[in-house]
Amino acid sequence: MPRPLFHRVAVLLAVPGLLGTAACAPVEDTTDGSAGPEQPETTLTVFAAASLTESFEQLATGFEQANPHVSVEFNFAGSSDLAAQIGEGAPADVFASANTATMDLVVDEAGVAGEPETFAQNVLEIAVPADNPAGIEGFDDLADDGVKVALCAEEVPCGAASDTVMTATGVRIEPVTREKDVKAALTKVQLGEVDAALVYRTDVIAAGGTVQGIGFPETEQAVNDYPIAVLADAPNAGPAADWVALVTSDEGASVLADAGFRTP
Amino acid sequence: MSTQTSARRRERPIRVASGRFPWLLVVPALLGFAFLLLPFLGLLLRAPWPTLGTRLLMPEVLGALRLSLTTATVATLVSLVLGVPLAWLLARTEFPGRRVVRALVTVPLVIPPIVGGVALLLVLGRNGVLGQYIYAWTGYSLPFTTAAVVVAQVFVAMPFLVISVEGALRGADRRYEDAAATLGASRSTIFRRVTLPMVAPGVLAGAVLCWSRALGEFGATVMFAGNFPGRTQTMPLAVYLAMQQSPDAAIVLSLVLLAVSLVILICLRDRWVSAP
Repeated sequence: MPRPLFHRVAVLLAVPGLLGTAACAPVEDTTDGSAGPEQPETTLTVFAAASLTESFEQLATGFEQANPHVSVEFNFAGSSDLAAQIGEGAPADVFASANTATMDLVVDEAGVAGEPETFAQNVLEIAVPADNPAGIEGFDDLADDGVKVALCAEEVPCGAASDTVMTATGVRIEPVTREKDVKAALTKVQLGEVDAALVYRTDVIAAGGTVQGIGFPETEQAVNDYPIAVLADAPNAGPAADWVALVTSDEGASVLADAGFRTP
Repeated sequence: MSTQTSARRRERPIRVASGRFPWLLVVPALLGFAFLLLPFLGLLLRAPWPTLGTRLLMPEVLGALRLSLTTATVATLVSLVLGVPLAWLLARTEFPGRRVVRALVTVPLVIPPIVGGVALLLVLGRNGVLGQYIYAWTGYSLPFTTAAVVVAQVFVAMPFLVISVEGALRGADRRYEDAAATLGASRSTIFRRVTLPMVAPGVLAGAVLCWSRALGEFGATVMFAGNFPGRTQTMPLAVYLAMQQSPDAAIVLSLVLLAVSLVILICLRDRWVSAP
């Protein structure tokens, strides 16, 4: 059961293709004997924030086993890119956003079925190279002279969260760069080009041993909620609701917790 | 090449389809043109015209535009200084492994720029193969500086210049150089007074391509130089980040970049690149 991971650009190219697939896919046509029993007849399209990649792929394996007639197809990208694609009519069934603001945008522009449900939270952590060359111990150290820090750009959620923490604590970090997304900030740490970056806890865990994560209490100033919702125009509303139920279940919570999310 | 073509044309006795409009070519040509133009029209249609003026005058926009124009121009100059000699060696000399060298010159065209950016970090970053020595001896590290923007742009854009100049050199009639040599001109004089003027249109076309590519560079820049307003945030980066918050702002920025580059390219073409 292939679940292609589309890159940002590939998605734009693929959207007409998805439209075609969704339009042609037989919906719940169980009486038809021509399709083999193994053949998934419904493709559930889940648009999810990139930080959910590992957790959602893991959940999809179990979901497809429990629902043999459904195959799950993901489009992982930045939440705002996904919102823009949904706004332009991309045929998504489920949207899982990395922040409430982006979900609100989708609620206003495309509409969702029912209310978005918060299924996870993410907090910032300081990522430093494995050998921590600058000897970072806490949030204050990031403002020291000569410490090279990468923050996310203010336009993306992790950057906005970083700004919130700085404003709340009065600690002024002078970053050498404001990276375009959290993975880019993490890459700079992994390559040792910066001494520290503010990234999400889930990113530190996903990076394995290549970086060291340092938690800091000030992060409570900027906790990120992850809402999920079935879209109003979902071509496969039934399986979409099943998917949301799985993500918000205990099983979903445990997978998400393993990835570093806080779960309700 | 031009002399060969004209010679061949003279030999041909009758021009078969003369006078008839080449419809067979027009259809795909128009389709091709429309394909290239339609996305641009889409931008124009969706542009937030009422707020265009106020958005244009934001200092961030002007800063990013200035940085883009400066770095792309410096990157083109660097590419000329390094790329023209490289093209000359590829076109005019025989050395072992020349084909491999030529293939390697085009590598930056093939690899995704973002990978190019990582590669630059691995070589020139402060932990990089070369960068670590520079950092150890001078305390200077290239990433996150304006110079890094230029380096990234040269990396992705110079191949366009090299290929264009090499093509021009191969097409140029070498007999003029031979004649100059028999008249006693030194190699450098021949290059300056005979070769360069002959291939000037190719060099300029290559420089224009190189400049355009540098101006639009995103992937390698954002990976190698990072993103900091006023220092490394060029227009494409500003467009990308604006897109995260407000597509309208991104469209305005894209239009600014398009307008400025079109004006410059049209002026350049008319003045210099119009080959005789």
